Amino acid sequence: MKISLNWLKEYVDITLPVDELAHRLSMSGTEVGGVTHIGGMWDRDKVLVGQIVRLDQHPNADRLRLATIDIGGEQNTVVCGAWNIAEGDKVPYARVGARLIDGHSGEPAVLKSAKIRGVTSEGMICSEKELGIGEDHTGIMVLPEDAPVGASLLDYMGDVILDLDLTPNRPDCLAVLGIAREVAAITGRQVREPSLAYSESGESVSDLASVEILDPDLCPRYCASVVTGVKIGLSPRWMQQRLMALGMRPINNVVDITNYVMLEYGQPLHAFDYDRLVDHHIIVRRARPGEKMTTLDGLERDLTEENLLICDGGGSVALAGVMGGLDSEVTESTVNVLIESANFNNISIRRTSARLHLRSEASLRFDKGLSPELPMYALKRATQLMVELCGGSVAQGVIDIYTGKTEPASIHFSAAQVNRILGADMGLGEIEGVLKALGFECTEVRKGTGVEDPRSVGAELSVTPPYWRTDVRIVEDIAEEVARIVGYDNLPMSPLSGSVPRYEPDLERELREKVRNLLVDAGLQEVLTYSWTSLVNLGKLSRPEGLSGQPLKVFNPMSLEQEYLRTTLRAGLLSTLALNERHYGASSVNIFEVGSVFMPTEGDLPREQMMAAGIMTGDVLTKSWDRSATAVDFYDVKGVIDALMDGLGMVPDYSPVEDGDLLAGRTAAISITGSRIGVFGEVHPQVLERFDASSRPVYLFEIDLAAVFAQQRTPNRYQSIPRFPDVVEDLAVVVDTSTQAQMVMEIIMRSPIVSSATLFDIYEGPQVPPGKKSLAYSITYRAPDRTLTGEEVASIRSRIISQLERELGGTLRS
Amino acid sequence: MTQDTSVDEIQSQALGALGAIDDIRKLDEWRVAYLGRSGRLTSVLRGLGALPPEARREVGQRANMVKSVLEKALEEKEEVLRQAELQRSIEGGKLDITLPGRRPNRGRLHPTTQVVREICDAFVAMGFQIVEGPEVEWDYYNFEALNIPKDHPARDMWDTIWIDPPSESEKPMLLRTHTSPMQIRVMEKTQPPVRVVVPGKVYRYEATDATHESQFYQVEGLAVDTNITFAELKGTLYEFARRIFGTERKVRFRCDYFPFVEPGVEMAIDCFACGGRGCRICSNSGWIEIMGAGMVHPEVLRHVNYDPEIYTGFAFGLGPERIAMLKYGIDDIRLFYSNDLRFLYQF
Repeated sequence: MKISLNWLKEYVDITLPVDELAHRLSMSGTEVGGVTHIGGMWDRDKVLVGQIVRLDQHPNADRLRLATIDIGGEQNTVVCGAWNIAEGDKVPYARVGARLIDGHSGEPAVLKSAKIRGVTSEGMICSEKELGIGEDHTGIMVLPEDAPVGASLLDYMGDVILDLDLTPNRPDCLAVLGIAREVAAITGRQVREPSLAYSESGESVSDLASVEILDPDLCPRYCASVVTGVKIGLSPRWMQQRLMALGMRPINNVVDITNYVMLEYGQPLHAFDYDRLVDHHIIVRRARPGEKMTTLDGLERDLTEENLLICDGGGSVALAGVMGGLDSEVTESTVNVLIESANFNNISIRRTSARLHLRSEASLRFDKGLSPELPMYALKRATQLMVELCGGSVAQGVIDIYTGKTEPASIHFSAAQVNRILGADMGLGEIEGVLKALGFECTEVRKGTGVEDPRSVGAELSVTPPYWRTDVRIVEDIAEEVARIVGYDNLPMSPLSGSVPRYEPDLERELREKVRNLLVDAGLQEVLTYSWTSLVNLGKLSRPEGLSGQPLKVFNPMSLEQEYLRTTLRAGLLSTLALNERHYGASSVNIFEVGSVFMPTEGDLPREQMMAAGIMTGDVLTKSWDRSATAVDFYDVKGVIDALMDGLGMVPDYSPVEDGDLLAGRTAAISITGSRIGVFGEVHPQVLERFDASSRPVYLFEIDLAAVFAQQRTPNRYQSIPRFPDVVEDLAVVVDTSTQAQMVMEIIMRSPIVSSATLFDIYEGPQVPPGKKSLAYSITYRAPDRTLTGEEVASIRSRIISQLERELGGTLRS
Repeated sequence: MTQDTSVDEIQSQALGALGAIDDIRKLDEWRVAYLGRSGRLTSVLRGLGALPPEARREVGQRANMVKSVLEKALEEKEEVLRQAELQRSIEGGKLDITLPGRRPNRGRLHPTTQVVREICDAFVAMGFQIVEGPEVEWDYYNFEALNIPKDHPARDMWDTIWIDPPSESEKPMLLRTHTSPMQIRVMEKTQPPVRVVVPGKVYRYEATDATHESQFYQVEGLAVDTNITFAELKGTLYEFARRIFGTERKVRFRCDYFPFVEPGVEMAIDCFACGGRGCRICSNSGWIEIMGAGMVHPEVLRHVNYDPEIYTGFAFGLGPERIAMLKYGIDDIRLFYSNDLRFLYQF
């Protein structure tokens, strides 16, 4: 909501500088998002209202004219290139030395004396852009006919516009008068309410029109007056200016008055052409199923029983509280007007405007819940202005159907109750002072006169909020009112007291964060991708395990990209890979993500499965001054998994497995004590192609953290440092090429005396028979309680060799 | 020429030869020549038996003296040469220390993760515990129980992404628009005192631009006990601001509106970039808004069967990306989830 400072000053005296006022409003809850100074740069004595008294052709230029400008007893001639002006027009005139905006560069500039084609221009007449109040530079800004010649333009039309960011609990602040009440409360001033007095004449309103409310639950109150003999025309300049300053377009005096009063009081009004209302009878009722009406914007609307209609004897004339209809609109030929000022149920208005995608200045006020007391004030104000500005006369009395009247609820509380919330030590008098400034009615009451409950003896306040405050209902609301006017920063501040709750660890979260740390330690970069994905992206991958049926679908996706909730982290990672390769110039991409995937569950929230997944491609060692690059391969990824599991205190097993997105024979399942927890391997080139990623080897791992969490973690126990020396020997064995290294390793490690073994060479070639490979191990023998003898080591070695021979057909390589 | 002269001569010749040696490997040749089994001094000692007894004794003594002089000289020479050798090897091994080092591959946490941890740590130090909740929520937890019933005008504050229920479920399901539903879930499960922080992803139906994302993180906080006041809300959040933005920070609290708190608060800190004078970061206001907060609304307490006559509390919520943007001077929130490695490598 925009607020004009000039308009605001009509209701409350403001002596604070604008910035201070804006600050105080913001601190008390009425956030000022911006302050615009109209004419803030204009020099009072240099930018004036002028009148063009003569227009002559420039003697030396066809496209220029000389305008003689009267500024009240003084006439100056300026050179002008604009063609939208005529003799008699009133225009903004700037003297040499005035601060303006350069019409071409848009930068501030001081007007210099200039000779144009041999004629000296004595100042200039200005466009909106040059005045800094608009973008229009196509012509001179022509002022209204009643602009006072010679007056300072700043005095005539200077203003400050406050742009307010209002909260939905305060519909009363969607009104200049509402803001005036706020200003009055925070600055200790009084509000000057507008005059509502006018004289009535002629017939009684009840003889001219009648109102019938068929659905009072949606319309607690309907007020109307009839003004006859109005002259439709332009509204006065000041009213047009105020409407425009607040962002509304002037239409004609009758419509402008309804808008003006809406901006003033916050109560939307509607003016009907009385003579076009069939039977002069208003019926307020729900729409019938399938009923249609054409709104003022020319669109035909399909209605339901949820929509409230204003009808006359012939049919619908307005969509209640949202928009009027075309048939009863006030036009140039309107003579008699019926003014509607009603209260409508906010939920009905909200649903109607949401369903029809029709939000108007009226609906955005009604849908926040306006006071049913408000319509009568606004009706009288609009009627008064119509008499004053449209030359009409008012029928006697007003129509007021008020079935939804409720007694204002009062709130009882003690100072202690307010202080309990605020942690302050305020007296009842101080609280009362603040509330009275805000228009609350306050009565001090003595509660519990000592007989019923001696502990509650003491003063309490019984307060009734003013009619415009529909948001204050409980003592907490009272506490906020007091706190915001006193100023939050002026209230006490203290450290958190009380007891610290019992510690309840979240072990799954701790595991997840540890996984993040370990993957970072392994040299991977964490990424966070979107939780949604497209059907297209999901279709690029095989179906995730554990997903039955369709993934969860977003009801109102912003785009196809966010139509489904992800069931895998793979798509996000592969897209991230492609994006970085193709657009961000990355050569090596080693990334991981830890996050939830969403598995639909019948009739319940989805199972949010915490996953960790990563992608490795490019170089594990980059090219340097002393070495060439080494590309990432399968065993780098396996090493990362090993390090991760080691960090978690778990020993992984690997076994060949098939995965639709990974290459057969280059994929391993990861298991802990026989339970599968994840998979890793080389991404299938077709999958890479679908994601538009590079075709070089890309490796992917994926771990189900819930499955990891379900595993027992081996507690990390200290083992004593060996006291007896190791014997280290090399052993090379020749086996079939198809023999898995792990099978050889298992045989070597059988003896408890073998403490470790490292595979340090694999050889296939002329030195060994075809179809065979040589595996060379460095084996460490150790006993915890003695120094091993040569004989002991030799006997274990020969046992290893004979077992290799027997079980794998292996031979010692000589 | 007496034996005596001969021994002295051996000494002077030996010392002369030793002095001329400049290579540690030649010392052994010298030792063999003079002190070795068939060296010159050893020959003298071997020949002692042939001498008359008086001379034998005198020459013997003299020769042993020379032997110890030569042995000592050898030891000293060896030390000198060893030092010289070391010096040479040190000088010969100079490196170009400006050549690039070999860096181990460094991984990094996403900046959001880093800031979420920083925020949580600050509150954990004040006795809060970290809890998390589902990202797909029921309307009840996201709105209803937080005093935002259906058709409440405040629902406009959160543009919601709704989920198509997989079955004919009556209950509306959505992507949570804030981490506040965990206020309800935590209080449903536990009794006061409550002190929790809730980090997590939240979602909004929102067109993205430099300051708006449709997915981002939030950290929610909640403290409920028998005597928690607005003063303590202020004190706790002030302490948080000191921990995250520096102990010299000033804070400002203004009235704001959230349906699940009353009174409602917005907290700002004085601009750490300009010290409050006004700059681009603080939009020339000198203040930076960093979080919304307030005293837990009694309706919210009633929803979880906490008696508002007995218990009070405060809640707060803040955006880690916004904090990261402020801390690192990031001007576009979309960078966080575009995952450009050139961005992520900077943190």
